[in-house]
Amino acid sequence: MKVYADNAATTKMSRTAIDAMLPYMETVFGNPSSLYTIGQEAKEALENARERAARCLGCTPREITFTSGGSESDTQAIISAARAGEKKGKKHIISTAFEHHAVLHTLKRLEKEGFEISLLDVHSNGIVTPAEVEAAIREDTCLVTVMFANNEVGTIQPIAEIGAVCRAKGVLFHTDAVQAAGHVRINVSEMNIDMLSLSAHKFHGPKGCGILYARKGIILQNLIDGGAQERGKRPGTENIPSIMGMTAALEEACASIDEVTAKLIPLRNRLIAGLSEIPYSELNGDAEHRLPSNVNFCFEGIEGESLLLLLDDRGISASSGSACTSGSLDPSHVLLAIGRPHEVAHGSLRLSIGENTTEEEIDYIIKSVTEVVAQLRAMSPFWRDLVTGKRTHVFAK
Amino acid sequence: MALYSEKVMDHFRNPRNVGIIENADGVGEAGNPVCGDIMKIYLKIDNDVITDVKFETFGCGSAIASSSMATELIKGQPRAEALKLTNKAVTEALDGLPAHKLHCSVLAEEAIKLAVKDYYDKNHIEYDHSLLPEESGCAHCHCD
Repeated sequence: MKVYADNAATTKMSRTAIDAMLPYMETVFGNPSSLYTIGQEAKEALENARERAARCLGCTPREITFTSGGSESDTQAIISAARAGEKKGKKHIISTAFEHHAVLHTLKRLEKEGFEISLLDVHSNGIVTPAEVEAAIREDTCLVTVMFANNEVGTIQPIAEIGAVCRAKGVLFHTDAVQAAGHVRINVSEMNIDMLSLSAHKFHGPKGCGILYARKGIILQNLIDGGAQERGKRPGTENIPSIMGMTAALEEACASIDEVTAKLIPLRNRLIAGLSEIPYSELNGDAEHRLPSNVNFCFEGIEGESLLLLLDDRGISASSGSACTSGSLDPSHVLLAIGRPHEVAHGSLRLSIGENTTEEEIDYIIKSVTEVVAQLRAMSPFWRDLVTGKRTHVFAK
Repeated sequence: MALYSEKVMDHFRNPRNVGIIENADGVGEAGNPVCGDIMKIYLKIDNDVITDVKFETFGCGSAIASSSMATELIKGQPRAEALKLTNKAVTEALDGLPAHKLHCSVLAEEAIKLAVKDYYDKNHIEYDHSLLPEESGCAHCHCD
């Protein structure tokens, strides 16, 4: 059986998205900046896509900038807020310890420039509270950036409440909604979001395409210099085919959020219940306030990469936060941020299901993971030490 | 291209000499759980020959494959040969490892040497201390 359970990494493109792209490669291939007919047809399609994308997010078309994806949008949003803050002598930014590296590394860069960065604790449940955000805001705070849903443990943050706190304090609020867009209801106006990043390939659109929403009045700083595309804020000939594919995928995803959520939650909960039966394992992140697609577990006594390889042998595609899978020496900063010790974080498994996942596949995953964990524990000296009491268990059972 | 060579995958999927030896003549353990890999080697030594060797490994695919290959390389060999085992020999026998996985082969070498050292210590045999690690130094990573 082949089971793709890594939809948080990327998704298969939908037929709708592919079909929306093809005409802009084959027939309407003109440059939107050209004045002749196929150029202007492309321009019209681009502006039409902007309107449709704006409707999905609850903003106006002018507030949408098409980018290359989540990392670019995150970087541009943060840099723009920082430069605006700097002018007013505000050089303090609030974020969380478990943001995506596109956010954390941009903040690191600003820190080197003299900005002060406060990374809020996300607690063992992987959720930051609006009260903590409020308490961290200072006179010189120029930006709060908190992800909508975490990419590893899937926890959904109280974005509307954090937005309200920031709005009341007059501080810009950005959210990295890469994992949430198309999966969770988003309305930037109702949620008091000033800036938002999303990426097309997380909701069955093409890779290398995304959106930065920035509320009217926010001045964006260029990351790229060039022509007048995207009001001069994101120069370079527009990636029309991808923008068309992304917009079609976003509309499709947003239209089916309730239906997909209703289908996924029972499947997700079945998977969580099944994996919880494995001794000395624990779910990472809050059980309730999490993406309908996300399941993330730690298993004591084993290492994640070997788990992934053996699951791959059984046709299951998944991911892990172990150091060995990241190519670095430390396990996932997200798992460390929710308080998992290193030795447990190395034994993590993320499964992210999709609307096409079946109950049969869920049961196959449960059976496979249970067997593979047992197989790896049988050869693990670390597990033997836990069983014989030479080392202490982290989990209760 | 796949992450690992066919040989690494073969030794990972079908590890040789997995298990423990009760009353082993020498036991060596390298690595630690914080770093995400531990290798434990058990030796049976008769007349200065390694008559049996078993291993247990907690770690990634290349750690399991490295331990498996290392045990194959020393099984049935004179004890002196085991001491000459290098991480390079383990890596070459596996048709190479990705650069960031080379420390797995270092751990295998270290675990075997610690097992031989344990044998010496148990039997009060004098040896050149400069040739053997005192304990798993974890020098391959920077966790200590």
